[in-house]
Amino acid sequence: MTKTSGHDGDEPLPDVALTQGAGAPVLAFSGTFTIYHAREADRVLNELALPRAKDAVIDLSAVTRLDTTGAYLAHRTELKLAAQGARVTYRCPDEDWLSLIRAIASHDAKPTEPHHHPNAFVRMLERLGTSVIGIYDGARDALGFTGQIFEALGRAIISPRRLRFTSLVHHMEQAGIDAIPIVFMMSFLVGSVTAYQGAEQLARFGAEVFTVNLVAVSFLREVGILLTAIMVAGRSGSAFTAQIGSMKMREEIDAMRVLGLDPIEVLVLPRVLALVIMLPFLGFIADLAGMLGGGIVAMLELGMSPAAYLDQFRASLGEWTFWIGIIKAPVFAFLIGLIGCYEGMRVSGSAESVGRRTTQSVVEGIFVVIIADAFFSVMFAELGI
Amino acid sequence: MSGDVIISIRGLKNQFGAQVVHENLDLDVYRGEVLGVVGGSGTGKSVLLRTIVGLNHARQGTIEVFGKVLDDIPVRERRAIEKRWGVLFQDGALFSSLTVTQNVQAPLREHLDLPQRLMDEIAGLKIALAGLPASAGPKFPSELSGGMRKRAALARALALDPEILFLDEPTAGLDPIGAAAFDELISRLKQTLGLTVFLVTHDLDTLHATCDRIAVLAERKVLAIGTISQLMTHRHPWIQEYFHGPRARAAEAAWGEAPQGSKEP
Repeated sequence: MTKTSGHDGDEPLPDVALTQGAGAPVLAFSGTFTIYHAREADRVLNELALPRAKDAVIDLSAVTRLDTTGAYLAHRTELKLAAQGARVTYRCPDEDWLSLIRAIASHDAKPTEPHHHPNAFVRMLERLGTSVIGIYDGARDALGFTGQIFEALGRAIISPRRLRFTSLVHHMEQAGIDAIPIVFMMSFLVGSVTAYQGAEQLARFGAEVFTVNLVAVSFLREVGILLTAIMVAGRSGSAFTAQIGSMKMREEIDAMRVLGLDPIEVLVLPRVLALVIMLPFLGFIADLAGMLGGGIVAMLELGMSPAAYLDQFRASLGEWTFWIGIIKAPVFAFLIGLIGCYEGMRVSGSAESVGRRTTQSVVEGIFVVIIADAFFSVMFAELGI
Repeated sequence: MSGDVIISIRGLKNQFGAQVVHENLDLDVYRGEVLGVVGGSGTGKSVLLRTIVGLNHARQGTIEVFGKVLDDIPVRERRAIEKRWGVLFQDGALFSSLTVTQNVQAPLREHLDLPQRLMDEIAGLKIALAGLPASAGPKFPSELSGGMRKRAALARALALDPEILFLDEPTAGLDPIGAAAFDELISRLKQTLGLTVFLVTHDLDTLHATCDRIAVLAERKVLAIGTISQLMTHRHPWIQEYFHGPRARAAEAAWGEAPQGSKEP
């Protein structure tokens, strides 16, 4: 879009001429003094060397149009002249314009604070510091939030009536059952890709049969549950943040508090519990799908019979292989639910903050899940299982 | 008041689903007047406002603003007309990610090419004209009270020095002192800037304090239009109820016999 300078292109441009009248200097304004010509008017006035005199006249007789911006510019000129010790009188044919200038003078408007920009290095340091403090504050608050969830859980265990059963089931369906197709598809594909690549490499040693071990161990121990957790963090963690965040924005959370409802108990606990219950189940489905994908590739590429595949599969498993995967699921679920709800509760005022918190929730959720997985790996390695 | 018609609506029809909101609605707004629009809930006061400024498409009828039929003119000409009016929405509708100053400067930035320092000066002026302290400038809308948000929104509506100001329930949700100050502000702006004001309101005090004429919306059209004293003698039961109910009596007592176009209590 072109930046137009006014509704009528043929309006006379603003100008100011300085003349020495009878004794007092006269600033003769002429042309259009409106916001659409403000740039020009401002430039002309800034370039004008204001006279030093005891008296000065601002003459608006030749002005064709004047709006608040024009009136402000005239008033600004008056103030500058006055600062140099001049007594200013207006010569103006239009009473309304004078009253407009007087109205603006009575407001004592100050220019709004110009935005100050420190240099880039200082800004970078400032942002670094702010984010370090932010991480510390965030971690401390998240710990407090964890405590609140366990407190609510404790109360729900003591008196199960406090558990919002309908809400729990609803979220189990949304976060769990509804996620089955996507989790299944994803694991199936990753399983078959792993088998395919593995078979190719292992064939060099004539050890194609160990493709089954590769898929079985990697899926049951790590990949199945990790993929599922990442998918759920993206799918449900973000949904939790957006749901709770928009409720926070519309003061629904505050309304709950004053009605004596505990938002942790009503909103957070059912969501977190739903994830903790459903994620092991989804992880199990991911394991199945991965093995199915691997099995189909083994049959097509390696010519294995289903019975041989199952035998090899059974032989590859240790006592703990399956459980190592599944044990991690409730922990991942708790972390994802915690972060999703916590970020939702941190939403403030604006619509923009809902978006920012939702992004944050997904990024943090996935990151924390991967860190937790690394911890588990070290722990299981130390335990020797 | 001159007979210069600035907004002219003829045969307007608005319909949502099966519900007809307006039918055969005619209305003229004169240059330099404050026109109050009243009516019961659901009579389409806000819809009328939204239709004039083009946020809602009418089923039938023509709307003429500044002598141009809005539906007939090319987009570029329409944009030019849009710069000549300002709209104050019910909840302010300030951009929540911008400060008050940036909100006021948003239309300046879009339509004009001004140096930053001058824009800061103009924003400061509009903020002061709207009755806000200069300290409100760097604040975000979420940090302001409801009344201050309305004033900030008014400052934004005044940014381009509009000729027509559309106000949707400007005093709703304000305390009586804040509401009275807002009424006074509108009257003063109208006088000093020569604004034409299209004012949707429920507030009887606002009607008494600011309006030159009042249009009553009922039965899908403008049922009656005139000064307060003219409407008081109107025989329609709703208008009788409206201007003679207990609240109306209180407002009337406060404003005396309300001569037409009265400004001073």
